[in-house]
Order: sequence, then structure tokens, then C-alpha cells
Amino acid sequence: MPPIKSVKRPAGGVGGHHERAKKGTMKRLLALILHNNKRLMTAVLICLIISAITGVLSSVFLNGVLTELTRGISLINENGLTTSEAWAEIFPSLLKIFITMACVYTAGIIASFTYTRLMAILTQTFLHQIRTSMFNKMQSYPIRFFDTHKTGDIMSQYTNDTDALRQLISQSIPNLISASISVVTLLVLMLNFSIWLSLLIFFGVFMMFLVTKSIGGKSAKFFLQQQIAIGKEEGYVQEMMHGQKVIKVFCHEEEAIEGFDEKNNQLCDDARKAHTYANILMPIVGNLGNILYVLIAFVGGLLVVLGARNLTITGFQEYDPAAFLVTIMSFLPISKQFTGQIAQTSQQLNSIVMGLAGASRIFALMDEEPEQDNGYVTLVRCRIDDDGTIHECKERTGHWAWKHPHQADGTITYTELKGDIQMVDVDFGYVPEKIVLHDISLYAKPGQKVAFVGATGAGKTTITNLINRFYDIADGKIRYDGININKIKKADLRRSLGIVLQDTNLFTGTVMENIRYGKLDATDEECIAAAKLAYADDFIRRLPDGYNTMLTADGANLSQGQRQLLSIARAAVKDAPVMILDEATSSIDTRTEALVQKGTDRLMEGRTVFVIAHRLSTVQNADVIMVLEFGNIIERGSHKELIAKGGKYYQLYTGAFELE
Amino acid sequence: MKKKKKKSIGFIPMVKTLGGSIREYKKASLLTPAFVMVEVILECLIPWIMTLLLGAIEVVSGTATNPDPLVVKIVDFLTRGQENPNILLIIIEFGLVLIAIAFLSLIFGALSGKYCAIASSGFAKNLRRDMFGRIQTFSFANIDKFSTASLVTRLTTDVTNVEMSYMMIIRTAVRAPFMLIFSMVMAFSINASMALIFLCTSPILALGLYFIMTKAVPFFNRIFHKYDAMNESVEENIRGMRVVKSYVREDFEKEKFGKASDSVKKDFIKAEKLIALNMPLMNFCVYFGIIAIYVVGSVLIINSNQKLMQITQLQSFMTYSFQILMSLMMVSMIMVMVLMSYASAVRITEVLKEKSSITSPENAVKEVKDGSVVFENVNFKYSQKAEKYALSDIDLEIKSGETVGIIGATGSSKTSLVQLIPRLYDVSSGSVKVGGIDVRNYDIEVLRNSVAMVLQKNVLFSGTIKENMRWGNKFATDEQIEDACKLAQADEFIQNFPDKYDSYIEQGGVNVSGGQKQRLCIARALLKNPKILILDDSTSAVDTKTDALIRHSLKTYIPETTKIIIAQRIASVQDADKIIIMDGGAITAMGKHDDLLKNNAIYQELYYSQNKEAK
Repeated sequence: MPPIKSVKRPAGGVGGHHERAKKGTMKRLLALILHNNKRLMTAVLICLIISAITGVLSSVFLNGVLTELTRGISLINENGLTTSEAWAEIFPSLLKIFITMACVYTAGIIASFTYTRLMAILTQTFLHQIRTSMFNKMQSYPIRFFDTHKTGDIMSQYTNDTDALRQLISQSIPNLISASISVVTLLVLMLNFSIWLSLLIFFGVFMMFLVTKSIGGKSAKFFLQQQIAIGKEEGYVQEMMHGQKVIKVFCHEEEAIEGFDEKNNQLCDDARKAHTYANILMPIVGNLGNILYVLIAFVGGLLVVLGARNLTITGFQEYDPAAFLVTIMSFLPISKQFTGQIAQTSQQLNSIVMGLAGASRIFALMDEEPEQDNGYVTLVRCRIDDDGTIHECKERTGHWAWKHPHQADGTITYTELKGDIQMVDVDFGYVPEKIVLHDISLYAKPGQKVAFVGATGAGKTTITNLINRFYDIADGKIRYDGININKIKKADLRRSLGIVLQDTNLFTGTVMENIRYGKLDATDEECIAAAKLAYADDFIRRLPDGYNTMLTADGANLSQGQRQLLSIARAAVKDAPVMILDEATSSIDTRTEALVQKGTDRLMEGRTVFVIAHRLSTVQNADVIMVLEFGNIIERGSHKELIAKGGKYYQLYTGAFELE
Repeated sequence: MKKKKKKSIGFIPMVKTLGGSIREYKKASLLTPAFVMVEVILECLIPWIMTLLLGAIEVVSGTATNPDPLVVKIVDFLTRGQENPNILLIIIEFGLVLIAIAFLSLIFGALSGKYCAIASSGFAKNLRRDMFGRIQTFSFANIDKFSTASLVTRLTTDVTNVEMSYMMIIRTAVRAPFMLIFSMVMAFSINASMALIFLCTSPILALGLYFIMTKAVPFFNRIFHKYDAMNESVEENIRGMRVVKSYVREDFEKEKFGKASDSVKKDFIKAEKLIALNMPLMNFCVYFGIIAIYVVGSVLIINSNQKLMQITQLQSFMTYSFQILMSLMMVSMIMVMVLMSYASAVRITEVLKEKSSITSPENAVKEVKDGSVVFENVNFKYSQKAEKYALSDIDLEIKSGETVGIIGATGSSKTSLVQLIPRLYDVSSGSVKVGGIDVRNYDIEVLRNSVAMVLQKNVLFSGTIKENMRWGNKFATDEQIEDACKLAQADEFIQNFPDKYDSYIEQGGVNVSGGQKQRLCIARALLKNPKILILDDSTSAVDTKTDALIRHSLKTYIPETTKIIIAQRIASVQDADKIIIMDGGAITAMGKHDDLLKNNAIYQELYYSQNKEAK
């Protein structure tokens, strides 16, 4: 295990919960949405405009109706018309207004029907796009990335941050767009009604803006803090759940709850503050709107009483108190709508801040450096003639070759894939300052079994990390069949290596699917044969559904040893010329291990095997055993030679018998 | 995969269960809606008073044709019967009242917001606490049922969803209908026949909403399952990245995830399209309601020459209409929110309602007499659904103070056997006795405090070594900790750490080696001063010499403690009083090293395979 897992992550990397969104996140987000869904976006925008304007026009209609009615009443009272005569007088224009209303509203309903549906499609499509591109990008990242980031932190980009983004896209952004359309339209209307009153509105809105900025800013701050608290609590719960058995065995439930309470109270505290600010924002802004409403009525009434002439964008109006009064009456609901719109938008502030912070983290994940690969030597199927010349071919022949194009002269040479590994004076450190492997040299010929022995932290696993280029060496050379592995395409290099890792990772799916992971086109028979080889067939057949038993990530009732057997079977079906077994049998009893070894030895006849183990019985029959200490090979030789030498290996081996 | 249909929890019991977590936040939870009501009343008064003001201006300026008697009364009161009332003064007086009301409304609104935040965050806190506490009482059978990942999601995301809903319910869900009702009342008081128009649209709306809800709920339940599964697969991918890369399966994984994500997308779109019907439906009802009001209103005003209805009234009627519209929008928004969190509420209730399958009995035995262990006809399987028993027909007697070794092939149920002793699982039939009493009769804490078990999959917690050690005994002195570590052969390497016993262990113990971790875990168990010590393959990463030293010190320093050792190495068990050989969930042989070496084929094979060279 690379020791850098314990290195503290610099603040603000992927998964940091505390930073605000980077500048330009909104722009990038919108550009991304637009880039992938231009047509949908345009359609949504058109519908949003129609639906917003429909809402606004309600006030215009009110004004129209009120004007006509006032005219009708004055016709009755001043001109002495009967009600039916007055009715006949105003009916045509009233009807016109009603029909227009019906048309506009129908259009509005259709628009809102369309845009809500389109929005559902747009949001989910975009989330799907961003999820998959995040996932796809992630697949290209080097192992170093995964070693230096906690799984939970990366996961939060897929869960919390994507959720926040959904909120932002499906609610806040359309709300913002629709609100700004309404605000602009209302503005024009208001100016059209009365500039005096509009000036008052501007002043009020400015006040509302100031309030929103100060309260909303505090609220946003605590919302971000709440996210940190959630992260901390989640981390704690995860750790406790992971060690649930230990908690039980030690009756530590009370203490676990105490620890939880501490985190929980912190979270509650932050949540309370965040929500308090968010909650009081609406009544404050809303009631400022109410006060403004009163002020408008007051000032308007004053203007009428004082006999002022109304000013609109078309200039000063004729002195007409009755008309001015109707204007004020129509202006009032508009002002209410206007401030209401602004109050509503202020409510979106938190989701915008959180959504943007989420988007910013998602972008950070997507901007990581992918694994570099400058390799150009590839692995191809080939046919070998009697005279030893190699021809590339498409069909299966059971032979593989390295295809090595030479840039200098444009020729291509083929080298047969054999599994010969050389390491020459290799130095390596996970961080440049700390070299963990010194001057490692070794030669593994096809058919050889090379074993590494040594304490944890001696650098055994590190060596395998270098052969498959999970990490790149600092100095020295590694050659595969005589080719520097830096020249080999990583995918092809890894394809030629069968690796069974220390930590067994199985995937959700059936047992059969898990074995087939080693070779996607393997037949059932091949998989079963591999399982037999790994001595796993026996226990698999005893599972409830045999090879079709579903395995879940952590739930399955497989023992540690059984999981290891399965991962060996998975490597066996891959059938690679080089096999690396990293503590692959540590939880398997020695008797079963001997049987597994017999199987793998048969499989690997004539091929290269690297074995890493604590248990010396695992490595005894290796051709050469390397004893590692602090990143140096301190002894090498066969079991017999090393025993005869009486050095470190001898001490390790005889340790058990010393006391007797 | 679980195919069994879960028994669904009724709505009322669910609300009761969740409501049980409100506790000390009841006051805040009740104050919130009370403040909201005051706020709403004040808010609704504003347009009404406004109408009065406009009426008053008309009355005073003499332009009123058909003055409202209430307005006349108010004007009389304000002008105190003066001949030439000052219209300005009236406007100012009205204005001050209105501004005062708006201020009060602001204060009550802010108060309701504050108490709402207190109530909802407190409720969420209690929910999380109750769930976590509940989970701590779970047996492994319970935990296996939910899976760890799902429990974590329930504790975090689901609680947040419910918290948001709760906030909605005590504040907005009170505000919106109350606003609706109040606006309706005001509308009725202006003109009852016209307000009836609103009542006509309500059934259409209610029916529509009902349709959307009933269709969408099952949809959402299914989606959340899928969504969880998708996220679990991402986690699996991240954890297994080394496997993915070694097998060059990046493209395979991309395709797999792409499919899962696409299927989630499709389902979400279907469900959200349903929900999206909400908005146009609402618009339809409100817009055509407004047209109807205009038509009826115009007829009324003109035909009665403002006797039945005045133009100013039509205007304030419209203000209430808009308020009704806003409330309806809010109601529908709340419906959607609550709908989305319904699935979360169910998932939380499932945890809160889950009964631990292992609890202390009444009149539990409070003392473990000695370290003897007896298995009588024990059969055991992990779940009732499992066809095969993990353990069958186990009969075993271990005397107090004995050392017992257990050896067996991979998957032979060695771990299953010892897990029954501290009652981590219950037997399916038969009985396990510790100190002569069935483990099911003990108080669980007493039993587990007497049985120390070092697990195969060891876990250390983030914290210093000392803190980790005190898991074994809260009150252990530094000397006791050091002694235990010496026994477990851990003292030496701890002394080599820069901070010695105060060295910080990272989460999961990733910064100590496997062998060091195992020794720390043994020391932690020793601090419990147990009557029975179980080592489940706990020295596998320790070199043979240290392993021997540990066994030696156990024998010398805690002779009365019963020691049960599961091991792969014959050397670890060969000087035990009794060696048990297990195969396929049954005990196939039992005896001392010499007997087994003579008579048991498996044991011989194991012994010689491990000691080939030595012979």
C-alpha cells in the first residue's frame, strides 16, 4: 500500500467542501448546457419568455378593463345613458380585451406546459451528460489520483454536488431567466404608467437589493459551512459503520453515539444559522415590498390630491384626476408583482450559491490531469513461421507479439510476447523527496517464479505498481521482452499482465460475471475451468445459485478467503504471460493454498510469475526469492540457498521454532 | 438481489414515528405556524385597508357615487365631523397604519423564519441521532439487511430531504393554505357570487393534483432505488480502480455506467414530466378564473351602476386573486417537495422501526461466572432464506482457562463459529452457553465485556494509539495500556514512533502495517481483561517469531482466560489443549496435536505442507 494515503490533502482540491465557486463557473456551466442542447435550450427560452410575459400582461388587462368600466360608469352618471346603452357603448372594446386575454393566456398555458416538460428533459439530459463525462474522465485518471483522494470525497461529486446542480438547473436558472424577463417587462409597463411612481419603486428595489446582499451573503456562508459539517458527519458515520463489529465486540455503542452527537450538534448549529438567515430574508424583502406598496399608494394619492400631472415615457399627461387614479390602481398590482418577483428571486440565492459551488467542484474533478501515455509499442495477434519470422494477423492463434514501429526509419519490428521482465537499477518514490525503492535490479525469465518477501512497508507492492505502470519510476529501466516499458502503450502493457491484488475487489453482479471480468469474451466453460484452477469451483457450486449467485459489493456472505479465490479465478481466465500475485492467498488456509498453487503453476508453466507474500510457505517453491528491507533487496536466492546462507530469510523462516 | 417485497409502512404510523423525534423542538414547531398566521393576516389586511383608503379619498373629494358605508364611517371618525376635512391628513393617517402593519408583518415573518429554522434543524438533528442510536443497537443480521452504504445515505441525504420538507410543512404549508383561505374570505366579503368562481376551479385543480401525485409516487420510489444503485456502482468503480486498470476495463466500465445513468435519466424524465403537468394545470385554472371574474365583474358593475360592486372593489378583488394564485403555486410546489421526500421519510422510518434481532432479555444475567464455553447441537445460518447451514450439528465443550485452536479450510465456517460466543449472531437452533448459561440470557453488554474478540478484519479508529487502546477499557491507566501492548508485542514498535503512544492513527489504520495493526488490536482486546479471548486469524500478518512470543505471553500472564485461536499456521495452535478441525461447517476432528498428527489425514497434510523443509 503506498504510504501517501496518509498524506494530508491540500485544502481546496476535489471534494473540498468549503470553497465558494470559482469565478467563471456560471459561464462555463451555461456554455456547457448550451453546447450540448442548443435546440432544447432555445425552445425552453422562447417558452419561458412567452410564459413570463403572459404573467405580466395580466396587469395590462386589468388596466384596460378598469379604464373601460370607468368610462361606462361616467357615461351613465354624467352623460345620463341607461345601463344598457352604456353597456352597448363599452361592450365591443371589452370583448376585444377578453378575447385577447383568452388568446394570450392559452398561449401562456401552452408555453408553460411545453417548457416544464422540456425543462425536465433538459435537466435530466444534462445531468446524464455531466455524470457520464465526469465518470469517463475519471476512468482516465492515474492511480495516484485515487490514492490521494478519499473515495467519499470523490463520491460527493456524484451525489451531493450533482443534486445541488440539479436544483440549480431545474429551478434556479429558469427562475432567474423568467424573473428577469418579467422584471424588464414590468419595468417598461411601469414607466408607461407613471415615471414618478417608478422612481419610488427603483428606490425600494435598491433597498431590497442591499438587504438581500447582506442577509443572503450571511446565509450563503452558513450554507457552505453546513456542507462541511455534513461531510464531517458523513465521514464519521462511514468510519463507525465500517467498524461496527469492533464497536459491538467492545460494547462501545454509547461512546460512538457520544462522538456522533458532537458532530451532529455542530451540523444542527450551522443548519440553524443558515436556515434562519434564509428564512428571514423572504419576509423582510416581501414586507419591504409591502411598505413600498403603501408608499406608492400614499404618494400616488398625494399626487392626485395635489393636482399633479402624471408623467409617463410618452411625456406629461393631461390633467385628469380620475384617469390618474385608475393609473395608480393599475400600477399598484404591478408594483406588487414587481417586488414579489424580486423577493422570489432572492429566495433562489442559496440554491445558486450551493449549485455553483457544486458545479465548481464537479469541474475541478473533470479538470484533473489524465494519465499520460506516450507509448507506441502495441500488442498484436501474430502467426509465427517455422523459421521464426512473425506475421501480424487478425485471427486467434494463441500467439502475441509486440509491434514496434521505429520512427527513425519507418520500419516495424515484431517481438514475440514471452513475459521476460528486467528491472535495472530502479529507484522510486511516491513523492520525489522520499525514495522508497533503491537500486532494484532483477531478471525474471519466462517460466520463472520470482518471490518477494519482507515486512509491510518494505516496498513489495510498490514493485508491482511499477511493472504495470500505475506509477512511473524515478530512475533506472524496466524492460518487458527487452522493450523499455515506457515505450509500450499502457493498455497493452496491462493487457499482458495478470494481477491479483492485495485487496480483493469484486463487482456487483453474478459470480460468473465477476470471473468473466478477466476476459470479456470468455465462454462459461472457460470461466468454470478458471474457477476450477483457482480451486474456487467447489465453494461456488455450494452457493445458493452456483455460478449465477449475485454478489453485492460488501454484503455477500463470502469469506475473505473465498473472495481471494474468486479474484484468482478472474486473473486465471485472463491467461496472461506474466502473473503478479500480491498477497493473493493471505486469507486462504495453507492446504487450499497448496491446491491453488498447483493449479496456477500448471497454468503458468513456461511463463513468468511474481509472488508477494508474508507467509513463507507461499513462496517456498519459487525459483528465486528476494528479501526486501526498507526498499532494498538484501538477499536473493532459492529457498535452499537462502536457508543455507543463514541470513535474514533464515531468521524469518526459523523464527517459529526458536522458542522450542 | 432482494426480490422480497418489503412490507410498506402505513402513512399514519410513519408520521407518528418521525414525529417522535421532534421532542424539545415542539415549542418552536408550534410557534412557527402561529407566527406565520399572524403574518398572513397582517399581510392580507394591507390590500383591504388600501381599498378603504382609495374609497376614503373618493368620499372626501366628493367623487364617490356610491360610497361604502364602512368607508364613510371611517372618514367620519378620522375627520371628527369637520366640514372641510384635510384630505392629506387622512392619507397620512392611513399610510402610517399601513406601514405599521407592514412592519409588524415583517417582524412576525422574521420570527416565524427564525423558529422554523430552529425547529427544522433540531428535528433533523434528533432524527439523525435517533437513527444512529438505533443503528447501534442493530445486530449484524439487521445491518446486512440494509447494507452499510444505504444506512449512510439514509442518515445524510434522506434526513436532509425530510428536514426541507418539515420546514416547508410548518411554514410554507401553513402559510399557503392560510393565505388561500384568508384571501378567499376577503374575496367573499367583497363579493360572494364572484368568489364562487374560485370555488368552481378548485375541484378541477384537486383532481388534477391527485392524479399527478398517485401516478408519480411509485415512480419516484423506483427511481431512488435505481439512483442509489447507480451511485453504489460509482463507488465500487472507485474502490476497485486498480482492478479496472489492471484489466484495462475502462471502456467496459464506461459503457456499464453510461447505461445505468441513461436508464436513471429516462425514468427521471418520465416522472418529472408528470410533475411538470402541475404548472400548466395551475395556470389554466387561475387564468380562466381571472377572465371569468372580469366578465362577471364588468356585468355587475355596469348593470348596477356600482351599487352591487365598485370598480375599486374589482381592483382589490384582483389583488386577492393574485394572492390566491401565488398560494396555489406554493401548494403545488410543496406537494412536489413533500412527494420527493416521501420516499426518504419511508426509508428513515424503516430504520427507526427496525427491531434489533438481538436484544438483552428481561431479568438478564448480569455476571459471567467463568470462561467455559459449551455448544449444544448448534445449527446456524446467516439468513432464514439461506438454504445451507453455515454451521451444523456443532457440539463442543471448552473448559474455563483452556486454550483451543481452530483450523480448517477456507470457507469452513471457523469465523461463524466463534461469532456466536459474544452473540454477534444468534444460533438458528441449539444453544451456546458461556459460564454454564445460555448466551441469550445474558445482558449483552455484560456478555460482550467478558468475551474479547479480535476480528479477522481488524479496524482501528482515527485517533491516537492511546485513544484506540481505551476502547478496551475507558479507565485504563497509561501503565495498563503499556502492559497490554507489551503482552501483544506492540510496545517495541510503538516506542519507535515519534509520538509513541500519542501517535495518530489515520482512519482505518492505513498508516500502520498489517502486522502492527493486528498487534494493536490484540492489545486493545487484552485491556478488557476478558474471561474469554478469541483471536480470529489475528496474527496472520505477524512474523512467526512474534506470533510465538504473543502466545507465550498469553499463556504466562493470563492463564485463567479461555483462549480460542483461529489460525492458518499449525505452529499457532499446536500447543493448545484442544485443536478443532473444521470442514464445511462441521467439526470433523478434535484432539491434541500429537493425536491429530497420528490419526487425522487433513492435519497431517497441513502439518507436513508447512514444515516440509524442517523435517
